[in-house]
Amino acid sequence: MAEMPGIDREKCDGCGLCVIVCHCGALTMVDKSINIIETVECDWCTDCEAVCATGAISCPFEISIE
Amino acid sequence: MTVQLDFLKNVLYFSGLDLAEIESIDKLVFEKSAERGEMVLLEGESATDLYFVASGAVKVFKTSAEGKEQILSIVRPGESFNDVSIFDGGPNPASARAMGPVLLYGIKKNDIEAILRNHPRVVLNVINVLASRVRHLVSLVEDLSFKHVIGRVAKILFEQVGGGQMGRGPRLTQQEMAAMAGTAREVVGRSLKALEEEGAIKVDRNRIVITDKEALKRVMEVSS
Ligand code: SF4
Ligand code: SF4
Repeated sequence: MAEMPGIDREKCDGCGLCVIVCHCGALTMVDKSINIIETVECDWCTDCEAVCATGAISCPFEISIE
Repeated sequence: MTVQLDFLKNVLYFSGLDLAEIESIDKLVFEKSAERGEMVLLEGESATDLYFVASGAVKVFKTSAEGKEQILSIVRPGESFNDVSIFDGGPNPASARAMGPVLLYGIKKNDIEAILRNHPRVVLNVINVLASRVRHLVSLVEDLSFKHVIGRVAKILFEQVGGGQMGRGPRLTQQEMAAMAGTAREVVGRSLKALEEEGAIKVDRNRIVITDKEALKRVMEVSS
């Protein structure tokens, strides 16, 4: 199971920008709001988080020590 | 009303203009599309057109002598780029790359000059756009030119794992790290890369692993 970026459909204004920039096809618009599917193609580039002006997408990093 | 006309009406550059004025500007606009990853501007080349992003997003960045990229801004629909070289006549200060399929509306430099002469309102709008651009860049410069930001990012990572007491800390986005370090998201990306190059951390997809605690501490000390 690949973890995917988190989405907050409440914050999404349906602009579709993240869908356009995502290179892995994980993001789609469903009923004018963002939807995400799981895929190993997502390399956590964080571009979706970077372009989203409403803060509806988050790509959190798990921080650990060896 | 055409899509293009409707778009221009909502662009900051042309705010406050009446429909007849927008229509006259509309005639000077040309379309340009770019594929994902395509360069739309190259740093150092001379610029001939001003661009507005109609759809998609464009990343504006500088490349250092060592080939490292520093993102300066992400240009979203309705926003412009390449303004600086259009107005000062110099070469492009930065490169721009399409983050996905992008549609741009361009206006030639000569036509921009005519627009400014014929529509004084646009001059005020441009000043506004450039002033906020300068403000954004000044805040980036502050953070990029001082070593302490990378130290602050190092400290945040270190504290998240309880200084090594805890194996695993909470999860943080680059946006959150930026807020904690009092800097911009663009700077955090670069700091993480620098820490990775130092060998202090390793970024593996959605995981940041502190691989060398001592190296991380050194960065924290040097820059504090
Ligand atoms: S960029 Fe943000 S607001 Fe726009 S569609 Fe994606 S999640 Fe929604
Ligand atoms: S992190 Fe990158 S690849 Fe993954 S969903 Fe976001 S834009 Fe797509």
